[in-house]
Amino acid sequence: MRRYAVRRSLLLAPLWQHKGRLALSVLAIALGVALGYAVQLINQAAINEFAAAVQTLSGEADLAVRGPRAGFDESLYPRLAKLPEVAVASPVLEVEARLPGRREPLKILGLDLFRAARIQPFLSTGEEGDRLDFLRPERIFLSAAASESLGLKKGDALSVQVGLRVLSLQVAGVLGEARRQRFAVVDIGAAQAIFLRPGLLNRIDLRLRPGADPERLAERLRAEMPPGTLIERPDADVGRSGALSRAYRVNLNVLALVALFTGGLLVFSAQALAVVRRRAQLALLRVLGMTRRSLVAMLLAEAAVVGSIGALAGIALGHASAAFVLERFGAELGGGYFRGLAPSLVLDWLALALFFSLGILAAVLGSLVPALEAAGAGLAPALKAGDEERALRRLQPVWPGLAVLLAGAALTQAGPVSGLPLFGYGAIGLLLIGTVMLMPRIAVLGFRVAPLLGPVSARIGLAQLRGAPGQAGVSLAAIVASVSLMVSMAIMVASFRQSLDEWLERVLPADLYLRAGPGSDTAFLSPADQQTIATLAGVRRAEFLRSQRLIVAPDTPPLTLLARAVEAEGRVPPLLGAAHALKPGDPPAAWVSEVASDLYGWRPGAVIEIPLGGRRARFTVAGIWRDYARQQGAVLIERYEYLRHTGDAYADDAALWLAPGADPASVTREIQARVAGGTNLEIAGPGEIREVSLRIFDRTFAVTYALEAVAVVIGLFGLSSSFGALVLARRREFGVLRHIGMTRRQIGSMLAAQGLLVSALGLAVGLTLGWVISLVLIHVVNRHSFHWGMELHLPWQLLAEFVAVMLVLATVTAVASGRQAMSGEAVRAVREDW
Amino acid sequence: MRVALALVLAFCPAILHGQGEYPPVRQGAVLQFPRDHGSHPQFRSEWWYITGWLQAAGGRELGVQITFFRNRPRVAEDVPSRFAPRQLLFAHAALADPLAAGLLHDQRAARAGFGLAQAEEGRTEVAIEDWSLRQTGSGYAAEVAARDFRYTLRFDAKQAVLLQGERGFSRKGPNPAQASYYYSLPHLAVTGSVVIGGRELEVAGEAWLDHEWSSEVLAEEAVGWDWIGINLADGGALMAFRVRSRDGGSFWAGGALRGADGRVRSFKPGEVRFEPLRSWRSPRTGTEYPVSVRVQAGALTLEIEPLMEDQELDARASTGTVYWEGAVRARAGEKAAGRGYLELTGYWKPLRL
Repeated sequence: MRRYAVRRSLLLAPLWQHKGRLALSVLAIALGVALGYAVQLINQAAINEFAAAVQTLSGEADLAVRGPRAGFDESLYPRLAKLPEVAVASPVLEVEARLPGRREPLKILGLDLFRAARIQPFLSTGEEGDRLDFLRPERIFLSAAASESLGLKKGDALSVQVGLRVLSLQVAGVLGEARRQRFAVVDIGAAQAIFLRPGLLNRIDLRLRPGADPERLAERLRAEMPPGTLIERPDADVGRSGALSRAYRVNLNVLALVALFTGGLLVFSAQALAVVRRRAQLALLRVLGMTRRSLVAMLLAEAAVVGSIGALAGIALGHASAAFVLERFGAELGGGYFRGLAPSLVLDWLALALFFSLGILAAVLGSLVPALEAAGAGLAPALKAGDEERALRRLQPVWPGLAVLLAGAALTQAGPVSGLPLFGYGAIGLLLIGTVMLMPRIAVLGFRVAPLLGPVSARIGLAQLRGAPGQAGVSLAAIVASVSLMVSMAIMVASFRQSLDEWLERVLPADLYLRAGPGSDTAFLSPADQQTIATLAGVRRAEFLRSQRLIVAPDTPPLTLLARAVEAEGRVPPLLGAAHALKPGDPPAAWVSEVASDLYGWRPGAVIEIPLGGRRARFTVAGIWRDYARQQGAVLIERYEYLRHTGDAYADDAALWLAPGADPASVTREIQARVAGGTNLEIAGPGEIREVSLRIFDRTFAVTYALEAVAVVIGLFGLSSSFGALVLARRREFGVLRHIGMTRRQIGSMLAAQGLLVSALGLAVGLTLGWVISLVLIHVVNRHSFHWGMELHLPWQLLAEFVAVMLVLATVTAVASGRQAMSGEAVRAVREDW
Repeated sequence: MRVALALVLAFCPAILHGQGEYPPVRQGAVLQFPRDHGSHPQFRSEWWYITGWLQAAGGRELGVQITFFRNRPRVAEDVPSRFAPRQLLFAHAALADPLAAGLLHDQRAARAGFGLAQAEEGRTEVAIEDWSLRQTGSGYAAEVAARDFRYTLRFDAKQAVLLQGERGFSRKGPNPAQASYYYSLPHLAVTGSVVIGGRELEVAGEAWLDHEWSSEVLAEEAVGWDWIGINLADGGALMAFRVRSRDGGSFWAGGALRGADGRVRSFKPGEVRFEPLRSWRSPRTGTEYPVSVRVQAGALTLEIEPLMEDQELDARASTGTVYWEGAVRARAGEKAAGRGYLELTGYWKPLRL
């Protein structure tokens, strides 16, 4: 009992004395845990919601046949329905319908209720009403969520845009179940008629007879399915969407881990100095009979207490912010994968336990080295004053650090692991750790080459750093880590933004752009609309684009097919690398995006097959182009080829080159007046589109910016904490300096000079490391995660501002930390030195 | 003038029937066979109704019902899609097994088309997926695979068609428009097999077929009907019905008795009476049905007693109604007079066709 009392006074009391530092450590851990946990919660909520949506909508189906959005021939339906294994085949024509005046399209399911009700039970449990309403072509049923979000109830009219025309459907009822999913139901015959898809379906749900094996049936049917269709378990869609957003999610989680890592580093710098400060106390404990092992355990337990307080606060903060984000913004973190879902927060015990332990782990690992160091010190020297510097010298060997750096460099050459840049992350981690390990040695070198200049106080400051570089080395590590992470992310985002900006300029050469209904598949420009637009006065040239979403492979998300005039108009997209010249007899040209090339292994000269019009059409890859707009890959073909294969003469978008002197605003008015339904077109100039795109980009990277800011704050915490500790440790030295005649002012300027020197060195190393890491981010992490190439662009102004701010903050922090030393009594400070 | 109109009508059948009104049921129209065994897609509704008694080995008795309904909803006739619901088909199948807890029954509903569901014209051939009723050389064949049972049955015609009402024009109310075309085939000889609970039973028995089509049957005031079709033990056949009004009284009634000698006597509304003897309340829907009745048709009085009380058929998932359709015995005084089916509709909610 008594023994513990002594321990408590020796261990916890000093900890409590530094409550400021303690609070900072707790805060850093809390922030890291909160970020990671919140990101995990939000993503999990989104995934759960998406899975629930798929499950509700596919009901009790055992298999689903999926085809291109445009549809496949309905003759597949009776063929499947007559199979002896099939109990019910339910044909579906699903469209994302454009609602005039609303941004979000509405998913409308065209169903044969007689069949769908046997697979999707929620359909038959709606309110009582006229049963024939389910068959009337002008009637539509809304899910409860759709009714709520559209503000429509039974009897109201719902406007739907088809082509550029607006049709009015009457809401015949609100479906009883399937809450929270936003969709509507019409009769399948009406759907084919209204949306002008005669003879086409894009999904068939199958419920099998008891005893039939879905996998075996799917396997057997696969060979005879029409090109561009898939037969699979209904939840395969969840997996595909999960995979689609996985790289983005993993990147966010890694960013959160980075924050945690910085937090751990802060604990390290604080603990290392605290242990040094308490060296004599700890030695005393040893003398009093404490074993090395229990001393280490004690110090680690101390860190664990700090870590768990931080982790607990982090979990609470993370939960609260996840709830807030879901409430305010939905599950969309900026990746664009979960638009339109309104998920609810579900407590994720596994993630909670994981991030809680990660918080503790960060703190414990952070204090492991100092704890081992303290336990390993010789007793007699440790009990003496002035031993601090010697202790830290142990942290200085060079080769392990270099080896870690080399290993990091080697990892950058490895490929992705199941679509994830795991080795890329590993490389960044190793580069960071290696540099941090080398930091004490770099500090020695750096301070040795720094010139002894300026007033006496500055010279003394540098001399002091040269004499005791180890102490600065610890605080340097914190600065370097946070600066390099911040800088690397800033460079990567700036490079991406700049590349996107330049790309937008290249892909938007026309004067005006028209879109029939972005994001929907019911809006289009009919041949008559196209004719009207092309022959308007003021329009020199009109280029029409048709885009379709096609299924090319079972395990990849749908590919976007773009069809427009290419070679005749000299509109081959800017290619990466050389163009492949087609030989006579080659299949026609297709230009594939960088993403599609990566995903499907399509190289220039290769002959590829694309399902078009229910057949496999062959094309020759004529080149690879960069496309930031379509994350799942795109392939561009000549419009006449598309027309030849599909007979589809509609267009989605148009690009207009105006006659000399024509005014975009008056052409816009002309289009709206002359084209039937022209007011439903989205019309924008290239500048506007660029602006909107960059705004979307900034929103997408908002989370990154937030994480960046957190990393910087944690870095500054580290700086202030370690400087405070440094100054505290050197109170005796300041006392001596005051004794030999230095003024407080001079000590202040000496501290400022040291703050400046340390942060300058930290910034120099951090900038260099940040640049290297940004290269890894650009060429490995981004490339592997999103298949997007980009050029390196250094945001000089941002970096310069950052350096200036950090230098000022570091200096101010150093001076502020020194104020305590300056206010203390010189005599008392010297007396500490026995 | 008249010639011109006739030409217009001849070249524009769509005006007459396509998108126009349902054709009326006319007094004096002559039913023609085999044409009228088939579907009449222009009319609003139509059904083929087979009910019968089966005996399995050991004397086990079962009631069997198979009904195909056709409906022309006329809500989407000009929708340019092969899925447009121009004709709807429904089917109910039931087995009354006193050994089972209640009536075993199942249902199907589909829009006609794609070779998955159809009612042919010119002969009886109606099917929804793997459920079917087809005319054969000597009668009919039915195939049903339900949730709890399956059966494959042949029905051989032993007697001529019995035209109901006035040579097939069967009135259902005081307004002549409230009528249907209606004929029956009593005393069909049944053979085949029934699978209940995984056990296959060879069965034989006697059944009754009704085929009826119309465009307008029930008057506004009517809520439903009681109907019996009894294969009399002497080879005769009795059909009797009454349409009930909202107050529970009889709104209209009718029927026909074909004697063993083949002579047919049709009944006027005042000659048919239904008198409830015993009621049964469904534990599922709470509906009360007079499952035992005394029927007077002309000079004939029969007491009707069900094979089992619970023969309620919940068809809300197909035709949207709940009714009682059950195998019954008929007694005249103390003497067994025959066997057949009793149908009680409109007790759950007023019936709408």
